[in-house]
Amino acid sequence: MEFETTHFKRCDLVKAKGRIDSYTAPKLREVLDKVVEGGVFRIVLDMSEVDFLSSSGVWVLLETQKKCKRWNRGQLVIARVHENIQRTLDLAGLRHFFRIYDDVTEAVGAF
Amino acid sequence: MTVKTFASRFENLARIRELVGEAARRAGFNDAEVYDVMLAVDEACSNIIEHAYGGEGHGDIECACEILDHSLRVTLHDWGESFDLERVPDPECDVPLEQLRLRGAGLALMRRLMDDIRFDSSSDNGNTLTMLKHADHAPHDP
Repeated sequence: MEFETTHFKRCDLVKAKGRIDSYTAPKLREVLDKVVEGGVFRIVLDMSEVDFLSSSGVWVLLETQKKCKRWNRGQLVIARVHENIQRTLDLAGLRHFFRIYDDVTEAVGAF
Repeated sequence: MTVKTFASRFENLARIRELVGEAARRAGFNDAEVYDVMLAVDEACSNIIEHAYGGEGHGDIECACEILDHSLRVTLHDWGESFDLERVPDPECDVPLEQLRLRGAGLALMRRLMDDIRFDSSSDNGNTLTMLKHADHAPHDP
């Protein structure tokens, strides 16, 4: 997996590339933890180049969401999510925990 | 029928997904159905590594794919500890985020992605998980 983090005035944008499964989810956790530990709690995750997400990856997103939303200090939003992955979130009954944007600029601008 | 054996390591999940994804394509599944099979098998193998073997590298996973009439049957065999799928409830998702616990999420997904799931740990020779999925359409029909 590859990650690229861009700092904006009001949020950080993390672009992930690859497949998120039990093997690669720890790397995603590491990258998102680094953002949160840096004091940024408004995060956009660009998933346009993520073509697989298992429950281990969903759990990393939910744990990050818990950290970001604590004391209403922010949230993790996800953008450009592949149809199969949106369907996974629906099937798991977990989609309502995330705001999902079709466009990264719109997601960044929403903060 | 295609049968392959993999060491129970998370790094092998991609190869296992490729194997079942290829079988699903040969069975005539559409892209969404292929993804469903790959995800269900990925979740099943992650559970085997984590729960049956208690961690990586403690045994093998045998994966067999059998193409039936507009269906695919995937059979996973391991030699780890047995666990009763029926005793794992679906996670409660209609709760505040702070109270959310995801134990059982992989299994819940497997149940929803596949049409039939059976688990057999009655033999002395390990556990067998059989998952069946039907194609929603008949691709070769006129």
